[in-house]
Amino acid sequence: MSKDRVRVVVTGLGATTPLGGDVASTWSALLEGRSGIRPLTEDWVDSVPVKFAGVAAVDPAEVLPRPEARRLDRSEQFALIAARQAWQDAGAPEVPAERLGVCVSSGIGGIGTTLSAYDTFKERGWQRLSPFTVPMLMPNGPAAWVGLELGARAGVHATVSACASGAEAIGYALDMIRAGRADVVVAGGTEAAIHPLNVAAFAAARAMSTRNDEPERASRPWDRGRDGFVLGEGAGLIVLESYEHAVARGARIYAEVAGLGLSADSHHITQPEPEGRGLITAMTQALTDAGLTGRDILHVNAHATSTPAGDVIEVQAVEKSFGSHVLVTSTKSMTGHLLGGAGGIESVFTIKTLAERLIPPTINVDDLDDGIGVEIVCDKPRDLPEGQIAAVNNSFGFGGHNVAVAFTTV
Amino acid sequence: MALTEQEILAGLGKIVNEITGIPAAEVTPEKSFVDDLDIDSLSMVEIAVAAQDEFGVEIPDDQLKHLKTVKDVISFIQS
Repeated sequence: MSKDRVRVVVTGLGATTPLGGDVASTWSALLEGRSGIRPLTEDWVDSVPVKFAGVAAVDPAEVLPRPEARRLDRSEQFALIAARQAWQDAGAPEVPAERLGVCVSSGIGGIGTTLSAYDTFKERGWQRLSPFTVPMLMPNGPAAWVGLELGARAGVHATVSACASGAEAIGYALDMIRAGRADVVVAGGTEAAIHPLNVAAFAAARAMSTRNDEPERASRPWDRGRDGFVLGEGAGLIVLESYEHAVARGARIYAEVAGLGLSADSHHITQPEPEGRGLITAMTQALTDAGLTGRDILHVNAHATSTPAGDVIEVQAVEKSFGSHVLVTSTKSMTGHLLGGAGGIESVFTIKTLAERLIPPTINVDDLDDGIGVEIVCDKPRDLPEGQIAAVNNSFGFGGHNVAVAFTTV
Repeated sequence: MALTEQEILAGLGKIVNEITGIPAAEVTPEKSFVDDLDIDSLSMVEIAVAAQDEFGVEIPDDQLKHLKTVKDVISFIQS
């Protein structure tokens, strides 16, 4: 690791997911190998071919006071809840507003608001729209509300790259601290996209599982019988802080954000590039940036969404980037795919994995597909050894966006 | 049949509580929305929209800005 560069660590975690309303409950469900996927009960399921999803375990509108909840899109509610958790978990650091930043992303923003507001407009006219319609539907809304909540003035950002958005936000936060623009940044991803139009549109792209008779078994990365991703919702946020700042205030440090890799496939708008060249570029960049070698990376929390096209290409790229010793898992087998929220919650999981030295398993792998040269951690958690260890979180998005973030123990 | 002042006040109290979290009991006729209840202009728009739904009375923007107190809104709805 270069000695003259600002080191960045993680001092707080927050999440609300299909498995639990906070990090502790989500983490214990992951270790138990529990699925957060359930049948949808809304009337509209009759109109779409997919009838299940990873609905948030705790309704955010029940957590927030009513006057606050009604001004926020559901994606903003998730983000604010996760931000408050992460901030408290970090010990509510004292930091000048000008040195505090926010980078919270969503893949598609307040689409639930957009669609319901359009219904209101058509049926009842513009006068019936909430004056908060615009701040509820804008994709930077979650970042802006978190920034207001914490009084952040060093910059409030929302990077957008579909399902890589949450990871890119954490990468951007890392850059902000390294560049000296902030000492503390709250970063991650949020998504609330369980709406019939989104389900219909992803189904139209033939991207979703239709295993309607077995929802809990539908998200099955690397299993030969996988037939598409399962939509989830929620948010995962972390508090990034310069090492110096964290040590000076005696903060508990979960892990170091050691390296970042970013690339683009420039191949196809939705299909993965078959050789995984862009993925390898992102992962090896993260490795170089962290000053590590492939041997150091013991674990990858994979993007693997349970689609026939992407899962195997990714682990082949992992093997080429780091080696065949890597223990890989896809927590999406239990949470479903949170789109822009994925990089947020999966960064939380990767950091917990290092801090607890326990890899959560991938569930539903009954019949491992061919061409996989790394070990997939199936069914039961796996211990990681003592000493300095490193792990990578991958997130990729429609559009060919690739993000790899390397974390190490401190 | 026209609503009584008490009925309108009770309905307004519920609306203000729903939108701002201010206890309905604090919404009394002499209170100013801005000066006493600390309600901002966008919240006033939300209250007006909800009041239109509740009482079936349109409150145009150029009228809304003249409705300073709870009593003003009650009178407007009664008229």
